[in-house]
Amino acid sequence: MDTSAETVIKTMTLEAFADTFVPGEKRSPDDVAIAGAAPGPGAVAAGALELLELPATGVSDGLDDIVMTLNDHASDYAAEHELVLDESIPPFVGLDFEHRTALMTELTAVDHPEKEFWILTALFCFMAFDTAAHMNTVKAIEEGHPGLTAMGYAKPDPDGLWRFPDFSYGRQLARSYPGTTPNGDPA
Amino acid sequence: MTTAAERTDILVIGSGFGGAITAYHLAAGGAKVTILERGPWVPSDEFDHGFELGTSSTRIFDFTAGDGMSVLGGNCVGGGSVVYFATMPRAPRFVFDRQGSIGRRMWPSAISRDALDPWYDRVAEALPLSSQSWDEVPYPGGLWAAACNHAGRTANLPNVAIDVSKCTNCNWMMAGCRFDAKRSLLLNYLPAAVAHGAQIRPLHEVQKISKVDDWYRVHYNVIDDVDYRVTTGSGTIDAKIVIVAAGAGATPVILQRSEPELGKMPHGVGRYFSGNGERLNTAIIDEDRAREVLGLSRPNGAAYEANQIGRGPTVVCWDRLDGSLPEHSRFALEQLYFPPGLGTILAQVPGAEGAAWFGPQKKEMLRHWKSWLTIFILSEDNNEGVFGPPPPTGNSVRISQQMLGRGALSYDPTPQTLRGWAEADAEIKDILERDGLAKVRPWTNDVVGAYTVHPLSSCRIGDDPATSALDDRHELRDHPGIFVTDGSSVPGALTVNPALTIAALAERAVPGIVAAAQRRGVAVKYGAPAPSGATSAARAVTPLIPSLAVL
Repeated sequence: MDTSAETVIKTMTLEAFADTFVPGEKRSPDDVAIAGAAPGPGAVAAGALELLELPATGVSDGLDDIVMTLNDHASDYAAEHELVLDESIPPFVGLDFEHRTALMTELTAVDHPEKEFWILTALFCFMAFDTAAHMNTVKAIEEGHPGLTAMGYAKPDPDGLWRFPDFSYGRQLARSYPGTTPNGDPA
Repeated sequence: MTTAAERTDILVIGSGFGGAITAYHLAAGGAKVTILERGPWVPSDEFDHGFELGTSSTRIFDFTAGDGMSVLGGNCVGGGSVVYFATMPRAPRFVFDRQGSIGRRMWPSAISRDALDPWYDRVAEALPLSSQSWDEVPYPGGLWAAACNHAGRTANLPNVAIDVSKCTNCNWMMAGCRFDAKRSLLLNYLPAAVAHGAQIRPLHEVQKISKVDDWYRVHYNVIDDVDYRVTTGSGTIDAKIVIVAAGAGATPVILQRSEPELGKMPHGVGRYFSGNGERLNTAIIDEDRAREVLGLSRPNGAAYEANQIGRGPTVVCWDRLDGSLPEHSRFALEQLYFPPGLGTILAQVPGAEGAAWFGPQKKEMLRHWKSWLTIFILSEDNNEGVFGPPPPTGNSVRISQQMLGRGALSYDPTPQTLRGWAEADAEIKDILERDGLAKVRPWTNDVVGAYTVHPLSSCRIGDDPATSALDDRHELRDHPGIFVTDGSSVPGALTVNPALTIAALAERAVPGIVAAAQRRGVAVKYGAPAPSGATSAARAVTPLIPSLAVL
């Protein structure tokens, strides 16, 4: 197998993995890595692969192992459930979204021996969508980062810092606990 | 050729509340004090508003995953005070009578709420603390108060270590306060300690303590300032007195690693860890119902949509802090903010079947993030945590260059702890789902176990040597001259935010440490005012000193 084919397998598998946690819409009708299980861009469009590839994460060196192991699990899962996979694409990518979800539920279950490994990788996929941790946050917002935009994350002031002058209902909304000291502490 | 070992009078490990407070008093009293802090020393203009890896949100914050419990804490000069939310209630009276799992009072007989109040006063004067007023309560706190009131509950505004006039309600305080509104230790005890000659060495991670003649020898590694997985040097410093204040997730690890050279550690070292009974629920507020049921509206026309706005927790329901209730049925329910990432990944979709923390429904839940309200449970756990064998260095095997590591803590909650959590979950659901106000669900404990931002008790004070590593003056049993003054010394969960209690205990420990130093020939006195020079709380503790400074 040549390097470019390996790269394609790696990219497709990691995209399908990330898309299982924060799913998004297909980039084109023939997109097989992204399952199209949710409207709008998901973890892949948010930059999950860029984040996973950063050495600062501590997982970038292990991505080849992740891809190989995930595809091994997908093959076993397919055999167990008598699914016929498309041999032209990596096994995990060959699973439909429902089966990808079922497999990841198994692999991240409390008693699975590889649980920490899969959860750690999934955390970075979430972080790509929820925080854009692979890029400057102000720049991410300016560029319309899919996750921060979908969440409605507010824009900063022109100096790149956040301030909310409108912050309070400005009135008393409950009475205090009777067991409060005059100083304001629990008695 | 041999080089003379570097020496100091007092070596302090860690610069959070336990380290900064003791270092200040000892330096002000005339001792030569050296503080080793494993994290960086970050000035306030480097406290970033941003999530990018390598900004202050990862430089100064550690997430240490364990088996059944993950610990979140500060990793910088100033420790937890730099990343915390500065909510500073005193612990309720009943807490000091808790029995927990040992069938008798956990706290030393010398310490009650009344006995600790003068020391709480010292910290309140030093930071200083402020009360809050309703006209400056951010929207999430206001919403929680209104919901509590609608459900027949009360809600309080706890005291805070924040200058609210400087606060922009940016909610970036976990990455350090850019505006110096949060009164972290960088603004009071630590600069005062430095002014009295204390030396702070950042990026110095203590590995173990050994003994040479009458001196303790503290062994440290120097950590790379970007990639914390990399060690760039090492060294030792000898000291007459060692104060271990590395945090409840690290102090017991240093002592465990020291055992082969110092001799057997007390049974309580690395046992009885408490996560302060902490747990989180996330609610998705129905904006229309918030307007109709609670009568809330903002100038921009929204009823709420303000998850991002504020300064962490500002409003708390203390209705269950009732000493007549049985242990484990008492808890505080505090409105809280966690930034995305830490604050979103473990949240579960209310009502979802199957995978509730990921997938299409979770993505849809994130689309309503502005309408999230997070409620923090601080309850009574059962001190279930136990530390396994120490990792090769530090308190974890670091995975990422910053923040993320794998530690040796294991935690298996007992039925009592689980019952408390279930009662608290039910209380939150009753308050927030009433009249269709919200949909709510607890965070999952299946992904990274339980989690705490307030690790406690892993090297605790007590009267019984079998269940406490320290005596009631914080000296490590069988190892005279070693003191522990951080959150690990607190005997158990407090049902409230613990920083003020940790700080008060550190203040209370100082007279005993001064006496121990004097016995070892260190020229040091007790009696410094607050870092600001204020003296009223200092004068008030004067009559208490003789009982704490005795042999």
